[in-house]
Amino acid sequence: MTSTKQHGGLARPSLGARLRRGVEPAVLLGPGLLFYAALVAAPVLLVTGYMFARRGRFGGVEWELSLDNFSRVTDSVYLEVFRESLGLAFVATLLALLIGYPTAYAIAKLPPRWRTVALVLVVVPFWTNFLIRVYAWIVLLNSQGLLNDLLVGIGVTDDRFTLLYTPGAVVVGLVYSYLPLMILPLYAAIEKVDEDLLEASADLGAGRVRTFLGVQLPLTMPGVVTGSILVFVPSLGNFVVPELLGGGKTVMVGNLIRDQFLKAQDWPFGSVLAMIVVVLLVLLFLGQAWVTRRVEGPARG
Amino acid sequence: MSTINRRPRRIATAAVLGTALTLVLAACGGDDGSSAEPAALDPDADLSKQTIVVSNWEAYMPEDIAERVKEKTGATVKITSHATNEDMVAKVTGSGGEGLDVVFGSQPYLEALSKAGLIEPLDTDLLDNWGNLESAATDTAEVDGATYWAPYTWGTTGICYRADLVDEAPTSWRDLLEPTDANKGKVTMMGTERWAMLPALKALGYSVNTTDEDELAEAKELMVAAKPNLLAYDDSTFYERLISGEATMTEAWDGWCNYGTGEDENIKFVVPEEGSDLWTDGIAVLKSSKNKEAAYAFIDTILDAETHAWVEENILYNIPNEAALELVPAELKEQYETLGTRREEMLSGENMTDVGDDAAALYNQIITEVTAS
Amino acid sequence: MARAGARQGLGWLWLPLVLCGAFLYVPILVLVAMSFNGGGSAYSWGGFSFRWYGELARDSDLISAVVTSLGIAAGATVIATVLGTLLAVGLARHTRSKMLEAAAMAPAILPDLVLAIGLLAFFYAAGIPKSALTVLLAHAAFGTAFVVAVVRSRLAGSDAALEEASRDLGAGAFSTFVLVTLPSIAPAVIAGALLVFTLSLDEFVIAYFTAGPTTQTLPITVYAMVRTGVTPEINALATVLVVISVLVVVVAARAIRPKEKS
Repeated sequence: MTSTKQHGGLARPSLGARLRRGVEPAVLLGPGLLFYAALVAAPVLLVTGYMFARRGRFGGVEWELSLDNFSRVTDSVYLEVFRESLGLAFVATLLALLIGYPTAYAIAKLPPRWRTVALVLVVVPFWTNFLIRVYAWIVLLNSQGLLNDLLVGIGVTDDRFTLLYTPGAVVVGLVYSYLPLMILPLYAAIEKVDEDLLEASADLGAGRVRTFLGVQLPLTMPGVVTGSILVFVPSLGNFVVPELLGGGKTVMVGNLIRDQFLKAQDWPFGSVLAMIVVVLLVLLFLGQAWVTRRVEGPARG
Repeated sequence: MSTINRRPRRIATAAVLGTALTLVLAACGGDDGSSAEPAALDPDADLSKQTIVVSNWEAYMPEDIAERVKEKTGATVKITSHATNEDMVAKVTGSGGEGLDVVFGSQPYLEALSKAGLIEPLDTDLLDNWGNLESAATDTAEVDGATYWAPYTWGTTGICYRADLVDEAPTSWRDLLEPTDANKGKVTMMGTERWAMLPALKALGYSVNTTDEDELAEAKELMVAAKPNLLAYDDSTFYERLISGEATMTEAWDGWCNYGTGEDENIKFVVPEEGSDLWTDGIAVLKSSKNKEAAYAFIDTILDAETHAWVEENILYNIPNEAALELVPAELKEQYETLGTRREEMLSGENMTDVGDDAAALYNQIITEVTAS
Repeated sequence: MARAGARQGLGWLWLPLVLCGAFLYVPILVLVAMSFNGGGSAYSWGGFSFRWYGELARDSDLISAVVTSLGIAAGATVIATVLGTLLAVGLARHTRSKMLEAAAMAPAILPDLVLAIGLLAFFYAAGIPKSALTVLLAHAAFGTAFVVAVVRSRLAGSDAALEEASRDLGAGAFSTFVLVTLPSIAPAVIAGALLVFTLSLDEFVIAYFTAGPTTQTLPITVYAMVRTGVTPEINALATVLVVISVLVVVVAARAIRPKEKS
């Protein structure tokens, strides 16, 4: 913790040294922070300000104080959109976790060589264009598409039916888009778990389920939480998946926000919706910090 | 044991100052791109030195239009595309029109842009081919006594359906809004802009330009009730869904239904008995354009009988150009009824106009709430 | 048997691996297969053909979109790598402010849609016309955060002793940075730069909001293609993109592969 050097108390550092020590952080931190000030801080402040303004005729805002946007958002239609968005994002996250956990666990148990291969295989689809990954599901789920061909072919159904343009299709699209973001942190957490602890638990007579729930799961909780957040956050703000796989019938808050800025030209209302999303996410991050502290705190002591 | 200088506060101050500075600098350096006075055209301008950027729907004009204009006038044309009127408006307003010179759009949206002073009145005397246009179309291009756009295509909205997949041909907007069990989940409606509300408004016997809040509320209820029976909201690929058989009935513009008919003759178009609209798409010059002479040259090239005839022959929408119509082969008018015998029916539709800012916001809000319901 | 199974064989664990693998790869493989479809429908099979690859190669709009995207990604990578590396070193060596640290990561944590509308509003309010340059700046902004994250974690692993030694031996701040700090974090800087490049190439939402009226990046073009009608050409494009990303991932994995602990 002592930040003064040994000779600090004896001789004051030269003026040049002091200047240098002041200039250096400015040179290192200054450009990046200025860049952020313009392209991150200013935009966020602007959107915050827009919340209290009136809509401009063609985009932009009239700077007249107005709280109408806040009362409008409490309309049941919009609350319902928030509820549905949270619901869909939650289901997508849960599904990703249910698929991701066993997968990450299995990868962690692979021989080291194969582990790398498996991890690369998990990542490859993620580096493929996002829109094309979503589009792939249009091809698969279409009523004239392959899944229907398959179902009719093996005699499950005679009638072609639309799997596309349903909330289910939206959830599948979200899970598919973000699954790797769930698997990677889970893998990192599972890989760290000391095998001996699990064996000790088993030796002490705990069954598999109890060992999993009592030892494995709590130890990997930070991975579960991180992965869940990484899937939940982009799912909540998504507008491409609901638009392409939901057929415009499933509206998530991301669609609402996009439409306010690029279609309805009601920027203040769009800003309110966006800031609500930000507040929800801040709450989520606080929750994550709390969980991580609870898990890692005692484990270390 | 690292040397640590604690300067968070100073850095935070720097960040705030930086924000302020950048905002000020950016504001000073900005150019709002609009001039109060419409610039007079220079008849001697060297068009070969002018470049214009034109935004149009994808595949809505001759692919070689840039070469045609270059050859005829020397001006360079760059093409970009928008997917919808709303896209176009967002492009124009998002940057005060900077970067665009000419836009294609539908009457209500062009009217709104003209009222907002973003597009410029046309001096039609400077367009040699203006006289080719039908007066019924040029009349609709007038706002407060000035002409703001050159009419390009016009048409109506109806139901495009697969005659072989429906038991009975649709005759009413209600066939789309309240489909029979066999058609449930196999119909599409448009999900944006004014056409989203058209079927419900017409089914109820109201004007497509209504600003009456009660009428709009009634239409909204009908739309909410119709939503569960839809396959999807679709403004751009409905004819493909008919071709693939995914959909049996769709709300459609006449020309795009013709695309379907071209692929499968079972695909037919009907204007429901409650009536429909007459919409016009036009070409407008942005006030911020710095190459207006080239913009006029572009418009005049489009209005040339030969080019405009190409539009009807290939895009399959009706054009309001009398000279060009003489060049359109009779077989085409027979193959596609909307271009031939049913042209009168289209012209009897209710002209779709701008409903004004407040009502437009209300339309948008209703559409948002219906799709969100 | 149960415990031995966990250590030696995979036991039942092959099941999630196979299922998850199928879930991840079947859609992609279907696209690849359909790209050789000679018919005009994107959904149903009409005979084997390379027809759509030919269409793809002749699609000048798409090719210019690829060029635009590569240019934006390159520019954003340069800015983000320089600013991000400086920022990361500054954060590691000159401050302990948690706030500042969080601020440096903010663009990576902020939902892309929020950053997108914020930047749209900012460019509008500042009167900066939207263009390819505004997309480049926007991508540099979130890219910087990713470079900070990658380089910062590398710096956390190394201590400042070497740098102090260099300074005690009389080297100036600049030469210490170039000769000591930079070489020790070089792999992280390169990894960060690669990350920004690929993220920028694939980024849609922010580009969609900040692109100028004539700016067409690859994702914006793909979005328009998917929205305004599905043609088999997209399948061919998808296949090309998948092959490229597989190659990049494999090459990158080989280059950055940590020495195997044995």
